[in-house]
Amino acid sequence: MKHIVIIGGGIAGIETASALTDAGHWVTVIEKDTRVGGKLNNWSYLFPDFTPAEKIAESLLEKCREKDFSILPDTEVKAIIRNQDKFNIHTSGNQNLEADAIVLATGYELFDARRKEEYGYKIYDQVVTSADLEQLLRPGESLTVAAGKNPKRIAFVHCVGSRDEKTGNHYCSKVCCITGVKQAIELKKRLPEAEIFCFYMDLRMYGKHFEELYREAQEKYDIQFIRGRLSEASEKIDKSLLIKAEDTLSGRPLKMNVDLLVLLVGMEAGKGTASAAFSCGVNCEESGFLKSMDSLLRSNISQQEGIFLAGSCTAPMSLNDTLLHARSAAIEVNNYLKKSIK
Amino acid sequence: METTPFIWPFTIGLLFISCFLVIIIGIWISSLSHIDKSRIIHSIFTYKSILAIKEVFMESLLHRKIFRKNPVLGYMHMSLAFGWFLLIAVGHIEACIHYKTLSVPAYKAIFMRYFVSGPALTLSEKMLAACMDMLLLFVLSGVLLAYYKRINSRVFGMKKTTQLKLGDRIALTSLWLIFPLRFLAESLTAGIHNNGSIISQPTGQLLASFLPVQSLETPLWWAYSGALSLFFFALPVSRYMHIPVEVILIFLRNYGIKVQKRIDGYSRIQVYSCSRCGICLDSCQMTHAAIKDTQSVYVLKHIRNKNLTDEKLFNCLLCGRCQPDCPVGLELNNLRMTQRIESTKEYNSSYKYLKNGKLNISPQTEVIYFAGCMTHLTPAIIKSIKEIFAVADVKYWFMDEDKTACCGRPLMQIGQYEAAKKLIKHNREQILATGIKKIIVSCPICYKVFKEDYALPGVAVLHHSEYLLELMADKRIPIKKMPMRVIYHDPCELGRGSGIYHQPRLLLNEYVDVVPTKNEKEAAYCCGGSLSNIKIQMDERNQIRNKTLEEYITYQPDMLATACPLCKKTFAKTNKLNVHDIAEIVCMALNTNKERPKKETYLYFHEVKHLEETKIKMNIH
Amino acid sequence: MKEFGYTIIKQRTIDYDQFNGRLLNEILLMEPSFKVCLSCGGCTATCSAGDLVNFNIRRMNLLLRRGETAELESEIQKCMLCGKCMLVCPRGINLRNVIMLIKKNISRNKTTKY
Repeated sequence: MKHIVIIGGGIAGIETASALTDAGHWVTVIEKDTRVGGKLNNWSYLFPDFTPAEKIAESLLEKCREKDFSILPDTEVKAIIRNQDKFNIHTSGNQNLEADAIVLATGYELFDARRKEEYGYKIYDQVVTSADLEQLLRPGESLTVAAGKNPKRIAFVHCVGSRDEKTGNHYCSKVCCITGVKQAIELKKRLPEAEIFCFYMDLRMYGKHFEELYREAQEKYDIQFIRGRLSEASEKIDKSLLIKAEDTLSGRPLKMNVDLLVLLVGMEAGKGTASAAFSCGVNCEESGFLKSMDSLLRSNISQQEGIFLAGSCTAPMSLNDTLLHARSAAIEVNNYLKKSIK
Repeated sequence: METTPFIWPFTIGLLFISCFLVIIIGIWISSLSHIDKSRIIHSIFTYKSILAIKEVFMESLLHRKIFRKNPVLGYMHMSLAFGWFLLIAVGHIEACIHYKTLSVPAYKAIFMRYFVSGPALTLSEKMLAACMDMLLLFVLSGVLLAYYKRINSRVFGMKKTTQLKLGDRIALTSLWLIFPLRFLAESLTAGIHNNGSIISQPTGQLLASFLPVQSLETPLWWAYSGALSLFFFALPVSRYMHIPVEVILIFLRNYGIKVQKRIDGYSRIQVYSCSRCGICLDSCQMTHAAIKDTQSVYVLKHIRNKNLTDEKLFNCLLCGRCQPDCPVGLELNNLRMTQRIESTKEYNSSYKYLKNGKLNISPQTEVIYFAGCMTHLTPAIIKSIKEIFAVADVKYWFMDEDKTACCGRPLMQIGQYEAAKKLIKHNREQILATGIKKIIVSCPICYKVFKEDYALPGVAVLHHSEYLLELMADKRIPIKKMPMRVIYHDPCELGRGSGIYHQPRLLLNEYVDVVPTKNEKEAAYCCGGSLSNIKIQMDERNQIRNKTLEEYITYQPDMLATACPLCKKTFAKTNKLNVHDIAEIVCMALNTNKERPKKETYLYFHEVKHLEETKIKMNIH
Repeated sequence: MKEFGYTIIKQRTIDYDQFNGRLLNEILLMEPSFKVCLSCGGCTATCSAGDLVNFNIRRMNLLLRRGETAELESEIQKCMLCGKCMLVCPRGINLRNVIMLIKKNISRNKTTKY
């Protein structure tokens, strides 16, 4: 029986593990956190149909319970050593695992919005990230701002830490556009009195039902979309925020007082992915995400034989894309192991 | 009087260069402003001239500053300059004594050995002759080093050396030939007439033993005279113009003349005083971005050759790192500025939209706070200042809270002085109208222009690091030391630009531990974000910044502190170090009870090493 | 053209066949980073001059690309060159150089004209 070690117990890691177990392999998942599920655990509802994140997380857990693969929680990889066609993996729990193949599913990290200082995250109380908002959207959480009032005017800023030379992230994070639309709708449902604006550069509604949701946001929820990138935010004496952008379609600068500013933060490869790449000898793209053999036919295959890639450690991905990518990784691993039996 | 035809090349050359220098220096000095001319007249018979003579001796002859940079390089320059000077001076004295007259023509002294047929008779003559031989040997040692420097400049502590053009090549070749030819000519004559001294006599006898010295003597003296002449004629088109012009420069500088905001005789004198030694190349950070043709030495060269392009003129951070290193003490930044002013003087700008409205300021207001354009993009600085002012109970008026005209410095940095004046006039009127006697500025770019060009009588201009130090000294803000190791990055405009090195450090030291670094204060690196460079591309800026950060990271500080919003923004673009303004750090300390700053963890070097080992073990290629 | 605020007669349509790209090409040659503008408007939003007067720095790009140089000439004079636009530009465009190049071209054309 072949042994496969999967680094990362997020959506991609668990989905790959489950598929490979089905194919009759022995699989071990190494997860640095206590819980599996990764970033999914921080989300409340998922686009485009407001599925509760818990539901997906529950189905993942179910797979973990039902299927016969082992999980090493609270464990990090210390070193990976290739030994002919096998790998020796040393973990922080002083375990030594021998594997025939490795799948990197180290995922992404959210952009640290403090690096975009002009937007005032952690400087002004009224500025939150999309991840913070997701917590606030849980049932029972209060959405009030200063003086216990409901925010009357809310602005979403797209492309925070994405498509921005100033943060070193030139790429598009793909999911923030639709996340913004989804969260705007949720906020409007919770706060029907509030005016909600989305400041965007381009709206990239590429996925199934995304465009429909955008239309719904305009049609049913009166979300207003302003084409222009926010340049800065400053605090007024009354604790409201003054934001500046250009309304590029009318060609004039625009100022607006808002009670809540939501920064739609992008995805970054993160330190976990960087150190995993380093210890495996897998190359990174300029963006920091892991480099695959090519972007079409072999997007799961790394430049190191026997090391495979799954999910958002290779590029920003939605949940749906991640699941598909993970399954295709499982197929690639299976093919590889079959070949080596011959 | 005895004479011979070979003196003519030398004599004509000497006449030419003397006339040329008198005329050109005359033109330069006559184009100085009235004030500068009266400075010369009033200073010429004062101790300032004595100081100048001393400086000429120390710098033009002994090359003290180059000695400090590298002893071998210093020796090379000294042996050539001081040795040659002594050869001329002692040679002239020798000739005076020999001919028993004070009016000896130059050729008589230079070619004296040819005209003196017998050995020296008196003791003083013997000693002088021996002295001349030793001096020639001294100069020749410098020439040898100069040959070697062309092959291997690293021995001289220089990473790079400048490229030569035709005029320089001719002058350099003739300079290299002058002294060996003189030595050979004198030795040959000594071999024939026995008039040599301790070195030339034995050499002459040795040469006479196997060479037809009689037929070689005159051609060699011709060659020597020719080399001298060639050098004199090449001098005006070569970098060696710095030898005579630097002397004038030292005198004028001692008389208090400075480079003005226009091209005039003095700026020309400065340009011609550049010896193109290339020492400024070593300290220039543009080389970190592989930009190697825009440094001060090249710009001065292009000014001389009248082929300076905007691409080179504006491709400079004006950080001023090269200035302290210049052995001639040239005002490199100001010289570049004169060209920028000249290059952009036709450009139009119109700020008629600037209108001073009515001010509504409470009479208790102590200070004006001017954050600056850039600081509005680093709101953490503004917020910290506001919080500190609240703690210290400072009554302030926030001049540019909503909107205001730019301070004018960014325009000045690219030569648009006339345009900047319009902004300065507008802001100045507004500041004076408040009647407040203190203005606090957060941005060093604004600080410099407020301080130097605003002419605010009775108004103290302070950078916030100075003012916070004042507040601390007055016990208006408490001191709370945090256990953190912090590197302070000197912003160019605050440090080298305005001489503020100590106040920020004094202030920081009360709140954190400041770690000294190799390149700090005068030698501090630029962050790469400078507004003075309009030609540099973003990726090149990033390379300069990374190199600077690389050095800071080796000290493994908890935090990088700076006092400039632009430096902060430039550094914060990467995620390598935590960067904070001084004001934020003070504010952080004041808030320590509320929230402790979290120490971020970075991949330090021992970890990197560990990973490196792992990679080797993996044996993956 | 001494007086500010003179009127510029605009064509109803952009006749691209009449477009003379000389100025644009020259500027793009000297400052290639200007090609990558995505018209996000961050520069205009943060602009110090734009706070005080009707001035849209982002539109300089469009004016150049559509050959509306007369308007460009009068508009560009309002810029104070403070550099904020460059600090917010998500594409890292070296805008201050673009402005200086436009000014240079305008002044050069004037000197050759008279």
